[in-house]
Amino acid sequence: MSIVDTVKQGAQGLVQGAMTKLVPLAPDSWIPGGVPDPLIQHKHGLIGTSVSRLDGPLKVQGGAQFAAEFRFENMAYCALVYATIPRGRITAIDGAAAEAAPGVVLVMSHLNAPRMNKPPAFGSSPNGVGPADLTIFQDDRVHWNGQPIVAVLADTQEQADHAAALVEVSYAPEPSTTSLAGAKANGIAQGLFMGQPLLNEIGDAEGALAKAAVKVDATYRTPRHNHNPIEPHAATIAWVGDELVIHDASQMVTQQAQTLGEVFDLAPEQVRLTSPYVGGGFGSKGLWDHQVIGAAAAKMAGRPVRIALSREGVYRVVGGRTLTEQRVAIGASADGRFEALIHTGLSVMTPHNNMPEPFILGTRAGYACPNIKLQVEVAQMNMLANTFMRAPGEAVGTFALESAIDELAEALAIDPVELRLRNEPDKDPTTGLPFSSRHIDTAWRDGAARFGWSDRGAAGTRREGEWLVGTGCATGTYPYYRMPGAEARITLRRDSDGVRALVEVAAAEMGMGTSTTTAIVAAERLGLPLDRVEVAYGDSAIPGAIMAGGSQQTAAIGAAVIAAHNALVAELLTLAGNDSPLAGLSAADVGSEEGGLAKLDDAARRESYGSILARAQRDQVTVTKAGTPPLELMHWSMHSHSALFCEVKVNAVTGETRVSRFLGAFDCGRILNAKTAASQFRGGIIMGLGLALMEETQFDERNGRIMNPSLAEYHLPVHLDVPEIDVIWTDIPDPHTPMGAHGVGEIGITGVGAAVANAIYNATGRRVRDLPITLDKLL
Amino acid sequence: MTPFSYARAGDAAEALRLGAAGATAYLGGGTNLVDLMRETVARPEALVDVTGLSATIEETDGGGLRIGAAARNTALAEHRAVRERYPMLSRAILAGASAQIRNMATVGGNLLQRTRCTYFYDTDGSRCNKRAPGEGCDAREGFNRIHAVLGASEACVATHPSDMCVALVALDARVHVAGAGGERTVPIADFHRLPGDSPERDTVLAPGELITAIELPALPLAARSTYRKVRDRASYAFALISVAAAIELDGERVGDVRVAFGGVAHKPWRALKAEAALRGGPATPEAIHAAAALEFADAAPLRHNAFKPALAGRTLAAVLGELVKGEAA
Repeated sequence: MSIVDTVKQGAQGLVQGAMTKLVPLAPDSWIPGGVPDPLIQHKHGLIGTSVSRLDGPLKVQGGAQFAAEFRFENMAYCALVYATIPRGRITAIDGAAAEAAPGVVLVMSHLNAPRMNKPPAFGSSPNGVGPADLTIFQDDRVHWNGQPIVAVLADTQEQADHAAALVEVSYAPEPSTTSLAGAKANGIAQGLFMGQPLLNEIGDAEGALAKAAVKVDATYRTPRHNHNPIEPHAATIAWVGDELVIHDASQMVTQQAQTLGEVFDLAPEQVRLTSPYVGGGFGSKGLWDHQVIGAAAAKMAGRPVRIALSREGVYRVVGGRTLTEQRVAIGASADGRFEALIHTGLSVMTPHNNMPEPFILGTRAGYACPNIKLQVEVAQMNMLANTFMRAPGEAVGTFALESAIDELAEALAIDPVELRLRNEPDKDPTTGLPFSSRHIDTAWRDGAARFGWSDRGAAGTRREGEWLVGTGCATGTYPYYRMPGAEARITLRRDSDGVRALVEVAAAEMGMGTSTTTAIVAAERLGLPLDRVEVAYGDSAIPGAIMAGGSQQTAAIGAAVIAAHNALVAELLTLAGNDSPLAGLSAADVGSEEGGLAKLDDAARRESYGSILARAQRDQVTVTKAGTPPLELMHWSMHSHSALFCEVKVNAVTGETRVSRFLGAFDCGRILNAKTAASQFRGGIIMGLGLALMEETQFDERNGRIMNPSLAEYHLPVHLDVPEIDVIWTDIPDPHTPMGAHGVGEIGITGVGAAVANAIYNATGRRVRDLPITLDKLL
Repeated sequence: MTPFSYARAGDAAEALRLGAAGATAYLGGGTNLVDLMRETVARPEALVDVTGLSATIEETDGGGLRIGAAARNTALAEHRAVRERYPMLSRAILAGASAQIRNMATVGGNLLQRTRCTYFYDTDGSRCNKRAPGEGCDAREGFNRIHAVLGASEACVATHPSDMCVALVALDARVHVAGAGGERTVPIADFHRLPGDSPERDTVLAPGELITAIELPALPLAARSTYRKVRDRASYAFALISVAAAIELDGERVGDVRVAFGGVAHKPWRALKAEAALRGGPATPEAIHAAAALEFADAAPLRHNAFKPALAGRTLAAVLGELVKGEAA
């Protein structure tokens, strides 16, 4: 079975199948037919305030232990040797000089590595998160230029690095495809994402386009991007008896532990993976070859191993965002109503993974239009498996779509904000589902007023000295997701001052503030002060599986905590017995407030948690519960939106672009922590500025080698590139989600590329459809 | 990184004695050399730390400045005499790297920066005549956006990355060098080489020779001078094009003018043809563009850097225009 089929069946079985079967089951409180999460009504609590990250002091004091800072006794350090051909066989490995070098413990390759199973590829099984449909260190095959093929263990990192440089590898190259033209020539296929074809056809889009009064039709290109979290990927690994212990940097803790268990034929309880702190993930902090290699080397050497990738190593081992070529064609009536919307094109992936960049996702629910054609096709290239990168699909898809809308606004002589509002859909244009919460019109109007949008001039009319000044706008969008599998364990413990709560969720904290927000939400739900709630996370020993991906973690945790809280209330009522003021009440009648339970409509009937536990002669009570299935997704079209405004200055002499102002107005349900949410929005926008102006992986099409694997040559925005970024939000709760909230990790980057490109057009009269917009494209 | 020995020299004589052994490298701030060693591009067997040598910045009898090679980039950029009499030099230094790197980097080391060609750095996967003579050049048909348009050879299309050296070339600085055979002085314009058939040699330094000082001549017109760097982000990026320039008007005509370009060649490029064309003529945009066109008449752009000659001309016109108007001095 091919990887595509595997992933397709897996994803279909997991998501579609499970959800379809579960729809008829009893609804929970926030899904259709139920009532909204009662926390939405808590207007004066912690939720929505600015709470600094609880782990902040530990981090700035250097006390937070990251993956490459854990230590084991007698630990060895690992360095990798990377292949230098895109495809072929390894014919010889001369490791003699390396083995003889000072401090070397082991030189490991496919020739001597322990036998290991193929990691189940991402999506191919419930918790499979393998990097590709490939074995690791099991045969002589090279699948990409940069593939790790030899590992060297030594007593110090410096010794390992030195010895790795002494390894000589010989190859028998085989024919390969490393150019876009070659990939196209090999054949193009329909793209599948999460098992579903990336294809929507409604009406006759080409026919309507041909007949439209006004039309635009252009091709937009986005390059490869590589992941550059500030913390390079690392793991510290030990075999303790027959248990594998791995301190990793992970945004999918439980899934990685289970996948590693399958590689080494271990039962789930034999793998313990922790990831207390992660220095940025963005989709990249998953399972790649290095953890498997590190664990295998530790097993073979009989010593714990630290494997910390160099920055170059991250480029060779960890996939990034793949390139796209997108056509967007819009046909409109003279008054700007969309008659045809076409968004199609090509993405490139590998023979060993299935991850087309799904750039049409944001278009599906974007605008009202009777004739729609959306399609992502794929071609294959011999390269490192590409992967998720902040808003996969939407980040680059919105560049094409929202640039095209700007072009159409120019052609129609309609203000681009007005044009977007004129095409607001009243229901999801591709699924027909009602929107759960859509207030993009509010975001547009609030943002336009605050930015001063009405001051905008015609293209090429504003100049300050050498600088051409312009403004542009674009819509960003990202869906609300919630994945099944999340559980929460709540423990209430009595102490001298009352009770403390421990909330355990198998979630990942990548620095975005999840642990803080979870504490806020749990404290409010339990009716306890924030300092009486502790959150544990990032440990495969905690039940359930929660992925920090798809901006869904907050909702997944929220739903699990709701379920666990309901179970806790029921358990406490049982413990309360007949002598309690709560005697005779059912769980539906009571809620948590001020350190105890109270009857919802008669607060006088209440008892504190401490009193209930004391009477029951219990020191603590623990409940574990899984969140309900994400049925809300079956009933509603659920999305976040942003209205983005950008001002740029383009140097008329040199073509250099400087972003001088940026405003994001977000519609993302209820904001749970104003401080960390604003940081997510700003961080996403900064990443979007990089996407717009400078980020580009230099992939040498002659041999598939990445030529700029460093922060000096792969350009990300520096401080001087980032202006003051203003962010506001509607703060309108989504009545169909836990807490009324949406995840906010990915929405920030979406639309930014187009907002910048549209502002550059307004400044210069030059339309650039090929990212990044470097100065040579503006000369 | 390959194992190496380390010694710290107390004075130039000791440095020369220690540096006479084969495969020895002098270590300044290490801001480039240590990177190159980590990537195994450079594999010295011994490092001689020369940061303890003279870092003094002092007046010369001729009214210029003598700068000890161990002076840190930051110290030179912030020196009052440099800011007032040679502003292009101060601005060039501040346009480079980051504050932290400038605090570490020495003036002598800055002259010996090696190219940022990515094929030069890729020891395992790419061919490079500069790194491994005779191996071939993967940059010529590869990614060459930052590469040379002037003075390149079949063997090498790399550029010199320094900002400071572009200003030094415009200022006619002299490099004081000590070696086993005694001391000599090299005009900065002759210090860096064009690649020719031996791109592995960036400079005319002989093995074991040590830069001891840089001397700036008295140059009154440099008081009205500037440096402008054009790049892909606002900071921490190497120049696509840079211009160091000074101009002195004689009535409506150009009296004297100095122009050097960075980012165009294997060495900082003194634009002698453009200077000659401008001298005695009007300082109009048309004249400046024509002078730049003359300088770049022999330009041989590669696939990704065809924008450079025109960008150089536009930037030069803007820079000289500002100087003439007195805005940039």
